[in-house]
Amino acid sequence: MADLEKFRAETRAWLEQNCPAEMRKPMTSDGDTFWGGRNAKFSSDAQRVWFERMRDKGWTVPHWPKEYGGGSLDGEEAKIVRQEMAAIGARQPLTSFGISMLGPALLKYGTEEQKKEHLPKITAGLIRWCQGYSEPNAGSDLASLQTRAVGDGDDYIINGQKIWTSYANYADWIFCLVRTDPAAKKHDGISFILFDMTSKGVSTKPILLISGYSPFCETFFDNVRVPKSHVVGTVNRGWDVAKYLLQHERAMISGMGERGVGRPLGQIAADSVGADAQGRLDDAQLRSQIASFEVDEAALAAAAERAVDLAKAGQSHPAFSSAMKYYGTELNKRRYEILMSAGGIDALEWESDRSRGGARPRAWLRTKANSIEGGTSEVMLGIVAKRILDLPGA
Amino acid sequence: MALVLTEEQSMLRDSARGLISDKAPVAHLRGLRDAKDTTGFSRELWTTFAEMGFSGLLVPDQFGGSGLGCVEAGIVMEEIGRTLMPSPFLATSVLAASALSRGGSEAQKAQHLPKIADGSLLAALAIDEGAKHRPLQTKLQAVRSGNGFKLSGDKAFVVDGHTADLLIVAARTAGSAGDKNGLTLFLVDPKAKGLAVERTAMVDSHNAARIVFDNVEVNADSVLGEVDQGFGLLEGVLNIGRGAIASEMVGLSDDVFGRTVTYLKERKQFGKAIGEFQALQHRAAQLYIDIEITRAAVLKALQALDTDIEKAATAVSVAKARAGTTATSAVQEGVQMHGGMGMTDQFDIGFFMKRARVCQELFGDSNFHTDRLASGKGY
Repeated sequence: MADLEKFRAETRAWLEQNCPAEMRKPMTSDGDTFWGGRNAKFSSDAQRVWFERMRDKGWTVPHWPKEYGGGSLDGEEAKIVRQEMAAIGARQPLTSFGISMLGPALLKYGTEEQKKEHLPKITAGLIRWCQGYSEPNAGSDLASLQTRAVGDGDDYIINGQKIWTSYANYADWIFCLVRTDPAAKKHDGISFILFDMTSKGVSTKPILLISGYSPFCETFFDNVRVPKSHVVGTVNRGWDVAKYLLQHERAMISGMGERGVGRPLGQIAADSVGADAQGRLDDAQLRSQIASFEVDEAALAAAAERAVDLAKAGQSHPAFSSAMKYYGTELNKRRYEILMSAGGIDALEWESDRSRGGARPRAWLRTKANSIEGGTSEVMLGIVAKRILDLPGA
Repeated sequence: MALVLTEEQSMLRDSARGLISDKAPVAHLRGLRDAKDTTGFSRELWTTFAEMGFSGLLVPDQFGGSGLGCVEAGIVMEEIGRTLMPSPFLATSVLAASALSRGGSEAQKAQHLPKIADGSLLAALAIDEGAKHRPLQTKLQAVRSGNGFKLSGDKAFVVDGHTADLLIVAARTAGSAGDKNGLTLFLVDPKAKGLAVERTAMVDSHNAARIVFDNVEVNADSVLGEVDQGFGLLEGVLNIGRGAIASEMVGLSDDVFGRTVTYLKERKQFGKAIGEFQALQHRAAQLYIDIEITRAAVLKALQALDTDIEKAATAVSVAKARAGTTATSAVQEGVQMHGGMGMTDQFDIGFFMKRARVCQELFGDSNFHTDRLASGKGY
């Protein structure tokens, strides 16, 4: 305990000294997130300095081993870094699907060679990854995917199409599910494979969404040649890797809400709807919606903390991330419904500078994907019913 | 602090669960109800509680207790919630023990706490006066008289008020309803002249009482804490009680949910288990998620109470508000998914529904605590 308190004090002092003031302000636009990659650009000097300091400290991914560019922190220490960063509002220095999704899968299923090749480039922000999972006819029923990988000497030749590939147009590499045995039952003929997006035959096409943004793409593979050594885990057992990765993806999505960051909802609402003499919001229904939301938000934060502690104690259920994903995404949708209601007509402006280019309505519309991406709410409830509650059928 | 039970706490849970599930399953409550038992709980079982160290769980070591904290009290309450066991534990061991050990003079502690720990003294906290929990609205008057005070007014929903050997009464010594200043807590002998106790049989077959004070005389030594400054002490004690009730509701929700899931697997209609129907599967999954999130919020609140009670109010309100809505869903879905059987007195599900309703009202329902959270955050 004394050691941990010492670590906390050191962490606090280090962050105080090294986190630029600008990096402690709430993020206001997409450019505030640094994703890394070959073509990465920093939106400010402060963003660059903060990233470089954290990278050199091994804290872009504090709990990964030092040999891969992490900080080799244990669970308690990593929690302290998160808490101390949150306490000063420090932004994440690096955000990437390499950290939140591929990394955990590589650490569990990758060969030493694969880990040495890919993990250091993730922690150093050199390579940006995207996820090739969904297909036009394989959404909730992901295991019915049809993208084919056919052996050709030491390589596979990959043909097919992925969809909803987040930021595929910016990504350097893809982790991809492909069918390597079309004769096997649908879960048994899938492999998990990695390849460079600049490979011949890969093309991407952004999809315009209701928010007016295009964070997702269609991704096409036309005779893409990939070495067989790029398969992670066992050939035809890619579904195990895929599911393991999904647990991490779901945990990440459940935490996507801006919990505890920025101004409290009650204050944001007071700006537009006003308050009475006692300081109560001048919209009793809205006040009650916000308060109920904040009760649930605080409870979810406790549950997220508990999930980490249970995992550490070896008491967690592997499917629990589905429970958290369901609740976290539904809650985030509620948050934005409240923000839209609180903003009234001001939250309807779509283009003006005053509205920062319609930031709020666009973010509101973006949240509607939360309960679809990474497995729909209905799929999550099905997983809880089947794997945790052990209900029949399903 | 990790949001999981320590090894010692898990052992406490196991021993409480063992005793309670063995000696006081729901059939125990049913039996007391059917017999119209005038005590409403088993004194024999209370003796066992004392022998196992549960009754003095929050009583400091030097007064014969175990000196444990709110997390441990919550663990026992959760087990009580699982079987709906009627027990003096809440009123005596949680509320009165907290009030006395936090606000009592050395003499008051020495007089009462050892008796709470050994199970020989039963106590009750008299706060509410109206239909809803509004401690600041306390109107019961305590007027200075000679060396002491004279109490006049009415109290309601006094848990275990009909069996208490000692009452802890919130009264107004100054100011008017709504003021924080001017509240004082008194230790009152229920046999005092002018005091009338009416046992109120409640929907959940647990115990409560209405108490009328008609110029009840108490001396200056019966003030618990400071005159006019009782609100801080009362609020701390109430927050402990709220955390404890939230724990009871987690146990209640978890047990009624377990019974419901079992029923979904057993009951067959249209040639298959009704648990195969997605309409029910998804509702069951939502309820599971609700209960697990509430469980975390409640443990968070109990830890907050043990760490710094002055800063625990928000966490406690989150816990009590969540526990109330979660328990309400759990019992409603419990009855609905049991179909017609859920409506019968023969099935135990109805007992859970009745108790959940009472727990909602105790020390502020979900609306009260959601509103308190908003006010606390200044909107």
